[in-house]
Amino acid sequence: MEEALKSQAHVHAPAEGFLWKYVFSLDHKVIGKQYYALALLSVFVGMVLSWLMRFHLVWPNAKIPGLALIAKTGAPGGIITPEYYLSLLTMHGTLMVFFVLTNAPFAGFGNYFLPIQIGAEDMAFPRFNMMSFWTTFVAFVVLIAAFFIPDGPPISGWTAYAPLSAIGKDAGPGLGWGQNLWVIAIGIFCIGQLLGSLNFIATTLDLRAKGMTLMRMPISTWAWFITSSIGLLAFAVLLPACVLLLLDRMAGTSFFIPSGLVVSDRLQNHAGGSPLLWQHLFWFFGHPEVYIAILPAVGIVSHVLTNSLRKPLLSAKVIIYSMMSIGFLSWMVWGHHMFVSGMNPFSSLLFSFPTLTITIPATIITLIWLGSLYGANIQINSASFFALGFISMFVSGGVSGFFLAQPSIDIYLHATYFVVGHFHMVMGVAAIFAIFSGTYFWFPKMTGRMMNETLGMLHFWITFVGTYCIFMPFHYLGLVGNVRRYASFVDDFMPALMPLHKFITIAALTTGAAQFIFLFNLIHSRFRGKPASANPWKGTSLEWSVPSPPPWNNFGRERPVVYHDPYQYGLKGSTGDFVMQTSPEQILNE
Amino acid sequence: MSLTIHSPAVLPRLSGPPKGSESGIWIALFAITMSFAAFTSALFIREASTDWTHVAAPRVLFASTAVLLLSSLMMEASRRELDGSRAPKINEHGRSLAFVAATVLLGLTFVAGQYLAWRSLAAQGLYLATNPNSSFFYLLTGVHALHVLGGITALLYLFIQLAVQKSVRRNLLRGVVVYWHFMAALWLYLLVVICVRL
Repeated sequence: MEEALKSQAHVHAPAEGFLWKYVFSLDHKVIGKQYYALALLSVFVGMVLSWLMRFHLVWPNAKIPGLALIAKTGAPGGIITPEYYLSLLTMHGTLMVFFVLTNAPFAGFGNYFLPIQIGAEDMAFPRFNMMSFWTTFVAFVVLIAAFFIPDGPPISGWTAYAPLSAIGKDAGPGLGWGQNLWVIAIGIFCIGQLLGSLNFIATTLDLRAKGMTLMRMPISTWAWFITSSIGLLAFAVLLPACVLLLLDRMAGTSFFIPSGLVVSDRLQNHAGGSPLLWQHLFWFFGHPEVYIAILPAVGIVSHVLTNSLRKPLLSAKVIIYSMMSIGFLSWMVWGHHMFVSGMNPFSSLLFSFPTLTITIPATIITLIWLGSLYGANIQINSASFFALGFISMFVSGGVSGFFLAQPSIDIYLHATYFVVGHFHMVMGVAAIFAIFSGTYFWFPKMTGRMMNETLGMLHFWITFVGTYCIFMPFHYLGLVGNVRRYASFVDDFMPALMPLHKFITIAALTTGAAQFIFLFNLIHSRFRGKPASANPWKGTSLEWSVPSPPPWNNFGRERPVVYHDPYQYGLKGSTGDFVMQTSPEQILNE
Repeated sequence: MSLTIHSPAVLPRLSGPPKGSESGIWIALFAITMSFAAFTSALFIREASTDWTHVAAPRVLFASTAVLLLSSLMMEASRRELDGSRAPKINEHGRSLAFVAATVLLGLTFVAGQYLAWRSLAAQGLYLATNPNSSFFYLLTGVHALHVLGGITALLYLFIQLAVQKSVRRNLLRGVVVYWHFMAALWLYLLVVICVRL
């Protein structure tokens, strides 16, 4: 057996020198932290953009100091123009969806913990892994560069709907080189994600330790595995879509631009293209992207929650099968984003059914979480609270999905704040709560130090209450007909809504400011935090069987052998109320 | 609460041996298939437009098809020469080096054939943006040619390994072989699309 264990020798030697150890590292743990750091940078940029938008909505004539330095034409004298509001909207959405919700829960935590949780020494292709991160970083730089060109960032939204995104600067500010940079950035991002997804799948299939059967993998590993399978196919569709869009913009083709299109009093020199084609290609990627963001969150929360409850979930296997079902159904529902696109109403009905069906596995997962709380000895800490907060957001945001899944209701609500409230809660904030939960839970493992719990709880409560104060009123605004994407509200009925908008803006500024508590805690604990033991949470999975932080080759000279399912809690083991996966103790009734 | 007893645990089941490059290539093929499915879906939607015309496939495409299929045969021949055992490393022997070299040359000839096809279209005044049919012709053949060039790069690496190190990792060989055969199959699909739809 010893020979067999050593046959899978480490794929690279320990790195030496700053450049190879921390910058172009092949170590999956360093790459995971790099993804996390990039997501952290992106989320703070994205948050500032949302602040600017909220500020402008309620104080449209207020001067924002320093903004004119970055946006001379977009914010002359520091006052945001309606067009620049749309630029902020576009960049906020793009940064948050691609560089935060994809990077942190999937690429960040997945890179760090997937190999350790399956007992591998590294990813299957460490060089591809390094390339994957740096490709993503280049995509980020190209995207951010749009802020600093005279044209400014694009105004076409994170969905870049054709034909306005396809015809160039005639369509408005930012739709010249700003849009070019956007398309190139997203194309590069796709390449990075494809490399990453390939690596995750190959690693899971090939590098599991002895005894680590598929059903012995933790739910988090399953979530990353299913997500990478979705990502491999979804980004493989978005990349061609970006190529077609770039060709329309730069080579004069007409994939998305129809005949006789007059924009800015100019007849566009294109013919026969289909704007709907872009929407089909984009949303064929776009809806699975929702699950690329949320499934890792489901995995992380299930993993943290089981540990915090000190007993197994009602059925980990059913959660895994439900995640598979969601992954499968995610390919059949893209048309529910297009109910108002002019698509055949019969098609809308066909997309409505699987959309409603997808709520079944999502509900099953939620009921398993809630049912598992019964009789649990729940551990009160920041990680468990953010996990419970995730469930709250997931349910609150998910319920409005039932309404939007029906074409007749969606037609009324589609262009309103109701949709903004829905997707921010169920996809955005929920996934961010899972990122926080994962951070408080795994920080000791990643750094060897504990985070400050008092600051963590303060961070949780302000974020939890603040989030509800921001996004629940959005649903109400939508129901009364408050349209989204408008830079100012001038219609007769809208001034009456301004007090509520002011409340939301104050809540957004406060909740955003609370994130600096988290940032302080993260940085301070990294250097001054209480030293963490190898297994501070009394966890069972393989990451808790190695020192904190793990050595460069994770498990030392010999790979682990796995004897048990990952969630052996609530037992009378030799070390307490749990049995680790690597423990050779026999468990009755397993 | 279940009880644990301190005795040797159940013998763990084994997971399969790592396949490395071979697994990676199989996974990549799913992504490549999906990308070309996206391109052809776009074609099916775009052809509903009134400006859809017809582009006659240049004859050189049929010659280059024969060349690519021949290269696939050469690739298979080299695999059969080399891949006789289950050892992780396999040594160069027999005519394997010549077969790999022939595969590379035939691959390059195929790309040259595609270039001639583009020249042929350009000579008829059909460029990338002339009409949707010519757009899809350049797009499909161009993206496929890029993938073939990627395969040629891998083949050259394989050739150098065999020529200099006199051995190659079995998984790498199998990965390259699978990829190269897939390029031939993908081209046959694209040729049908070009002839029937464009």
